[in-house]
Amino acid sequence: MDRKVVIPGEIIAEGEDLLPGEHTEKIDGKVISLRYGLAEEQNSLVKVIPLSGVYSPRRGNVVIGKIENLTNNGWVVDIGSADSAFLSLMEVPRYVNKDAMEEVFKIDELLIAKIWSIGKRGIDLSIKSRGYGKIEEGMVFSVNSNKVPRIIGKEGSMINIIKEKTGCEIDVAQNGYVWITGPSIDDELYAKKAINFVTEKSFIHGLTDEVTKWFDENKK
Amino acid sequence: MRIKNKMTTKFKRPDGRAIDELRPIEAKVGVVPNADGSAMYKSGDTIAIAAVYGPKKMHPQHQQNPLKGTLRCDYNMISFSVSDRIRPGKNRRSMEISEITKWALEPVLLLDKYQNQVIDVFIDIIQADAGTRCAGINAAAMALAHAGIPMKDMVSSVSVGKLDKTLVVDLTKEEEDFHEGEGPTDIPISMIHSGRITHMQLDGKIGVKQLKEAIDLGKIACEKVYEIQKKALKDAIDMENGGKE
Repeated sequence: MDRKVVIPGEIIAEGEDLLPGEHTEKIDGKVISLRYGLAEEQNSLVKVIPLSGVYSPRRGNVVIGKIENLTNNGWVVDIGSADSAFLSLMEVPRYVNKDAMEEVFKIDELLIAKIWSIGKRGIDLSIKSRGYGKIEEGMVFSVNSNKVPRIIGKEGSMINIIKEKTGCEIDVAQNGYVWITGPSIDDELYAKKAINFVTEKSFIHGLTDEVTKWFDENKK
Repeated sequence: MRIKNKMTTKFKRPDGRAIDELRPIEAKVGVVPNADGSAMYKSGDTIAIAAVYGPKKMHPQHQQNPLKGTLRCDYNMISFSVSDRIRPGKNRRSMEISEITKWALEPVLLLDKYQNQVIDVFIDIIQADAGTRCAGINAAAMALAHAGIPMKDMVSSVSVGKLDKTLVVDLTKEEEDFHEGEGPTDIPISMIHSGRITHMQLDGKIGVKQLKEAIDLGKIACEKVYEIQKKALKDAIDMENGGKE
């Protein structure tokens, strides 16, 4: 797989049979990049993988957000994107008195949720499945949301190494927030350090080997 | 008599540059860690830093555009950027240049998907030696690309000047204050890589024929600026490699 850095307006490839993928456009048989990132050609589909920029929400993403406001039928949640998300009161499985919504989520509390729909009206969140809901313990910090795929690795290979070596439970949300819960604060900080190492070195080939090496060099 | 003619044709610039030679340029991307995208552009003694924030929700709400995103530019000269301290804050000149920068950059941005949102560009001139609006536009274009904003092309900017009757590229303050013969004329030009102009200003007097020549000179100079912008953006990723590959 051949990847190269492209800037906006740069011609990535030429050819009538090429298809323009994400963040590209085709003019006169030339595929042109519309964003700064890594260009990739796969089965005559040319696309650009962005490396920077704010998080843009997509349906099905798992996100960590902060309660911004309470309304009479739900909560407004800040998920780090330009638009705020909304968590409906209906998502809470038990009966909630509208005067006592703080009992479920208070302002500034964190939660992990799934983006259930994106429309003209806004972004709607869901916490109905297992694993979603309020974050009550552990540590949450943010990383560049474009590097989330690297932290997770191919089929979770990278995150599994970190989980195994640190003994922590780690949730990486698509919007760049990472939630770590471990046996002690030191373990959590150790996991955070490892994740920051991954984000710094995110362009190296064979990053998983590099991370294993890092764990050997930086013991707790 | 013959000697005098020779002197006018062989025009000598104060810093000894050729008439189509740019000042030494340095460019770097990612200089403001808290911004979503940032860049520094240095041309001789002129240094501009641009920081991009967003796309984020437009505030105040009445300025929201439900059709497409908005670009907001803010050009600012820091009080110590020139030898005589300038009063900090907005003034007539900085407000005009902010607007000009916005017009120069807007044609390349694809803002259709950012309804009700705004992209903020802050340009700070930390050292000024003429050509600050061009340096600002160059830095802002790099910062916008670095912030991952969809763009059709890059914008490169350069000022072409006429000193008496000679066209020169990338004026310095010393050259702008040239007062012999017809005096100085300053023409800042911004264009995209394909050579289409997004912004042009004229301060002084120039004939139509010579203006066309000036644009051609600007085109060649912008190409050089573009290569530097491109290199700066590409190097930023190699640097993050940690030099290990």
